[in-house]
Amino acid sequence: MTRTPAPPGPPSITPSAPAGAIGPVAQTAPGRPRASRGTSVATPRRKRMRPSMVIVGILLSLATLVFIYPFIWLISASFKPRSEVFDNQLIPNTFTLDNYLQVWQEAPLGLWLLNTVIVTVLATLAVTVSSAMVAWGFAYFRFRGRELLFGVVLATMMLPGAVTMIPVFLIWNGLGTTGTLTPLWAGNLFGSAFYIFLLRQFFLGIPRDLFEAARIDGAGNWAIFQRIAVPLCKPAIVVTILFEAQAAWTDLMRPLIYLRDSSTFTIPRGLKALVDQFGFGGDWHWEIIVTASVITTIPMIILFFLGQRQFVEGVATTGMKG
Amino acid sequence: MSAPTNRMPVNPAAVLAGTLADKTEKGGFTPPPASPARRRARRRNFYSALLFLSPWILGFLIFTLWPILYSAYLSLTDYDVINAPTFTGFDNYVELVQDPKIALALGNTIFYTVIQVPLHIGVALALALLLSRIGQSSGFFRTVFFLPNMTPPVAVGVLFLLVFNGQNGFVNLVLGWFGVNGPAWTTDPNWVKPGLILMSLWQVGASVVILLAALQSVPKELYESARLDGAGFWRQTRSVTVPLISPALFFLVIINTIAGFNNFTEAYTAFFGSGNSTYSNDAALFYVIYLFQQGFEFLHMGYASAMAWLLFLIVLLVTAVQMIVSRRLVFYEGGSQ
Repeated sequence: MTRTPAPPGPPSITPSAPAGAIGPVAQTAPGRPRASRGTSVATPRRKRMRPSMVIVGILLSLATLVFIYPFIWLISASFKPRSEVFDNQLIPNTFTLDNYLQVWQEAPLGLWLLNTVIVTVLATLAVTVSSAMVAWGFAYFRFRGRELLFGVVLATMMLPGAVTMIPVFLIWNGLGTTGTLTPLWAGNLFGSAFYIFLLRQFFLGIPRDLFEAARIDGAGNWAIFQRIAVPLCKPAIVVTILFEAQAAWTDLMRPLIYLRDSSTFTIPRGLKALVDQFGFGGDWHWEIIVTASVITTIPMIILFFLGQRQFVEGVATTGMKG
Repeated sequence: MSAPTNRMPVNPAAVLAGTLADKTEKGGFTPPPASPARRRARRRNFYSALLFLSPWILGFLIFTLWPILYSAYLSLTDYDVINAPTFTGFDNYVELVQDPKIALALGNTIFYTVIQVPLHIGVALALALLLSRIGQSSGFFRTVFFLPNMTPPVAVGVLFLLVFNGQNGFVNLVLGWFGVNGPAWTTDPNWVKPGLILMSLWQVGASVVILLAALQSVPKELYESARLDGAGFWRQTRSVTVPLISPALFFLVIINTIAGFNNFTEAYTAFFGSGNSTYSNDAALFYVIYLFQQGFEFLHMGYASAMAWLLFLIVLLVTAVQMIVSRRLVFYEGGSQ
């Protein structure tokens, strides 16, 4: 198998049925013999070491270095005193924890972390529940105008955020919520087109007989949704949660628009404030910026390793940029 | 059919063209020669559906439809949030054409996008091809390549300033090993955009994952027959691989182009902001950055709305052209579109 070994449980986040539903996008027509699936394009494994494979190995190792090095550089620099930040030594000449202590003093880091956690949790929860509901509405019910309405959902995906940015700001401003965390997540209560699309594809993949059976047993619409559909789409739900958690944690634009007071900042907004204060425009304390960058990045790396498989497969399946 | 068959990315062309196959598959709504009882049941069904759809319908009306209309109106006014908008007709649009900073920002953005998108996709394809050759162990590299995508864009902006620093950044150190005297990436206006483009290539991992998935769905038999016909690696790549993964490539072209036009966070973090602005660099003034400044720093909300509409029209135009071109170039297995 060329892919990461699939653990037991949901074998893949792609259910089989929507394969046809994506239509012309589907590369492999259903019914084609799948003999070639598990093996890779290259020679079967452990046949022989050809010179070309050595070159492949070298190139991949170099690439790995390029991808990993900035992380190592950053982490290493965060343990260096101010004068050595740019010395490009992998192992600090002088090892110090001062930067971390100093960041904690210079900035209300605990508060920023708390704010970011609040926004991330609420944004993720809101978008997952609402998008799943709407996706279910599109997948399960049949009514006049459904395709048209779903077309509108897809069309909104193409709309640049810049067009709606100012009126949306005016709405939150009118509600008196600027300066609070509310505008950073409350919009998610209404679902998001991309997740609606993703989840709908999964719901369509569940055999309808299951729902009919539940209905005969007396289950209502909500019970069918909550007890049958959602549990069966757990992989897609997990992908939604992971993607949105990342988006909410890393967003800079909205905090820039809505937050004024330093005590309400999220971590990325706070990091930007530190860059303004200690970077080129300020007093050149790069060790603080470096350390704050590490603190901003670490939670995302943890998130990634928690949901690594879902992330990678989710990106591969949906074609969404992570 | 086994579960992991269809790993193809969603294709926006297909999506937009409304070619979702389930439209035909599910048959849609059958017209009703119905009894009153059935009509009642159908209505109840419709109301249940409405209940599930209500979050999106509300959100669409309040946070999409109204903002679109209101932003179109604002673009015809002067508005600073404090005083009521005053109608000025097409003045903002006239001003757009005359504003040299618009030309500058648009030029920067187009330069960035035109260079970044092909480079990004080229690098992603090269890495995906390498990964597809090593089979089993590609999992490790996929993880490694994806990690930079998890780095918050603000931190990427910071990394750019550090790693590309002209005097003692790591990039110039490495260039020095090869006898190349690296430029001042973060200050020289000629090198700021190339530097930002190179930095953006660090986050190529998601595209690698998408292309790798596409590569793995190419039937192996095709390579065997190509090899029997005497095709070498390049020939196979050009004649078999690229046509067969063209939907994925096309998808990446579309989303990366849109992302290029909306480029904001990294460059804003590195070069703009509320601090002492002497370090701000016109070479990094991208369109959305200028839009953000006009709207939220200078409070020229009317002008910024006009800018947003100009951006919308440009993106729409570019996407439309890409889709028309793709009809000739993109190969969809399983028949005509």
